[in-house]
Amino acid sequence: MEQFFQQLLNGLAVGGIYALVALGYTMVYGVMKLINFAHGDIFTIGAYLGLSLLVSCNIAGLLGPMAAVLSVFVMVALLTALVGYLLERVAYRPLRNAGRLSAVVSALGASIFFQNAVMLIYGARFYVYPDFLRPNFTVHLWGLDIPGIRLLVIGATVALMLALSAFIQRTRTGAAIRAVAIDPGAAQLMGINVDRIISLVFLIGPGLGGAAGLMVGIYYGQIDFTMGWSYGLKAFTAAILGGIGNIPGAMLGGLLLGVIEALAAGYVAMAWKDAIAFFVLILILIIRPTGILGERTADKL
Amino acid sequence: MSLLQLSHVHVCYGSVEVLHGIDLNVEEGEIVTILGANGAGKSTTLLSISGLVRPCEGEILFDGHNLLRMPSHKVVGLGIAQSPEGRRVFGVMSVLENLRLGAFCIHDRPRSERTLEWIFDLFPRLRERKEQLAGTLSGGEQQMLSIGRALMAEPRLLLLDEPSLGLAPLLVRSIFDTIRAINARGVTVLLVEQNARAALRLASRGYVLEVGHVVREDVATTLLADPGVRKAYLGG
Ligand SMILES: Nc1ncnc2c1ncn2[C@@H]1O[C@H](COP(=O)(O)OP(=O)(O)OP(=O)(O)O)[C@@H](O)[C@H]1O
Ligand SMILES: [Mg+2]
Repeated sequence: MEQFFQQLLNGLAVGGIYALVALGYTMVYGVMKLINFAHGDIFTIGAYLGLSLLVSCNIAGLLGPMAAVLSVFVMVALLTALVGYLLERVAYRPLRNAGRLSAVVSALGASIFFQNAVMLIYGARFYVYPDFLRPNFTVHLWGLDIPGIRLLVIGATVALMLALSAFIQRTRTGAAIRAVAIDPGAAQLMGINVDRIISLVFLIGPGLGGAAGLMVGIYYGQIDFTMGWSYGLKAFTAAILGGIGNIPGAMLGGLLLGVIEALAAGYVAMAWKDAIAFFVLILILIIRPTGILGERTADKL
Repeated sequence: MSLLQLSHVHVCYGSVEVLHGIDLNVEEGEIVTILGANGAGKSTTLLSISGLVRPCEGEILFDGHNLLRMPSHKVVGLGIAQSPEGRRVFGVMSVLENLRLGAFCIHDRPRSERTLEWIFDLFPRLRERKEQLAGTLSGGEQQMLSIGRALMAEPRLLLLDEPSLGLAPLLVRSIFDTIRAINARGVTVLLVEQNARAALRLASRGYVLEVGHVVREDVATTLLADPGVRKAYLGG
């Protein structure tokens, strides 16, 4: 039973990270009907930027570990948001009316570009996050010894998801984003500037994705330039699982995939952990191609 | 000067030209109707005014502003709102959210609340269903929502594309009464209708569109009495 709860919490932490990345895929798909294949690489960029900021500027020495992580968290989110914004302006906007295939090719090209840029700048080896940044306290709860970092990651991902939900559901701009996702033409008839909404989505999604990259660095302590591929694929699976284009779906899909994976690793076999995501993806595409909360079909990708 | 003036407007979809130089004008306070068979270019005309399709040639002036290169979201701010063909309400949003999106350009919240009350008085059904998802409304209710949503932008010119399509005869009558009431509040209306007889009774003037050309333009009573128009659009 103890193992079950530990795995469950681990799954929620990893799942929260998947969910943050999945939100970027799903929001971009929502407003543009495009899979941003470079999104996983923005996640990688977030992890590397976070590392550079943490070790090179001696922020930790100046502010102490906790404040350093928090401020770097904000900086990484802002910088990756900027990367996302520029990505859309350079790689997607000029192709807006050029058909779906051109945009997909451009997305793949951007992904290769980012991955190689990271590799050229940092080299093809893995990096270790400074150990002292990792909160190493333990929380005793329900008779369990829970690593503090696990609870912090769960708390941070849930807080970000709640903030995003409130923004999307309760604000005028959030309603405009939903309107553009439903019918861009009708949204324009409301006086909504679709270009601005798309730019905004390319700030929010990559900002969350980059922050998630930093979280992975701190949670696991180790990053490498291909991490965007595996996390990207899992987050994409999570987005499909919840229903692509559906924001609560991406959150649910991410958490669910994280928990399924963690439980499978704990009870079936560790080695199968990564295969689980693909298994789930195939299963979803067979049983319910629209995802759990999706009403649109996923076969239009 | 007319409130709205289209001169020699040409529109192409890809390489196919569907409007071959439309001239049309609407005076402040009028109800003007556009008649024409399927595919004549009526919806295209309205979409080009709202900036959703771009004319390749010609001029569209609204209150002295040239709309030809204006982004569509700015056209709304000038005072042109449209209830488009097929209603295009935001199905997975509530009636109230749809209406509030209609007021996206209006930054005076108290005034929007008063407009909302007026719309609820025009369409009491919408008030009853304000929390309901728009996609679950009946066709007639969606039509009311689409018109109400356009009115939330407080337009000077309201473009209506087939507001009576698919409605029961009783509802058609009530929609036309409502259009009259909207016009009485000072909103100029440009109305595209299949229901030509009712549209001509409501409008002061009408245009007849045939495959991308304006073939007739006259006061509504004359068009109603015209044998050619009667034969082609009023069922003899
Ligand atoms: N997006 C588009 N791409 C290509 N052709 C189009 C497009 N929209 C309309 N057309 C063509 O333009 C012509 C005019 O269409 P439009 O929708 O303006 O006609 P309409 O008068 O509104 O007809 P209806 O009474 O059926 O609504 C038609 O021949 C139509 O096939
Ligand atoms: Mg039409």
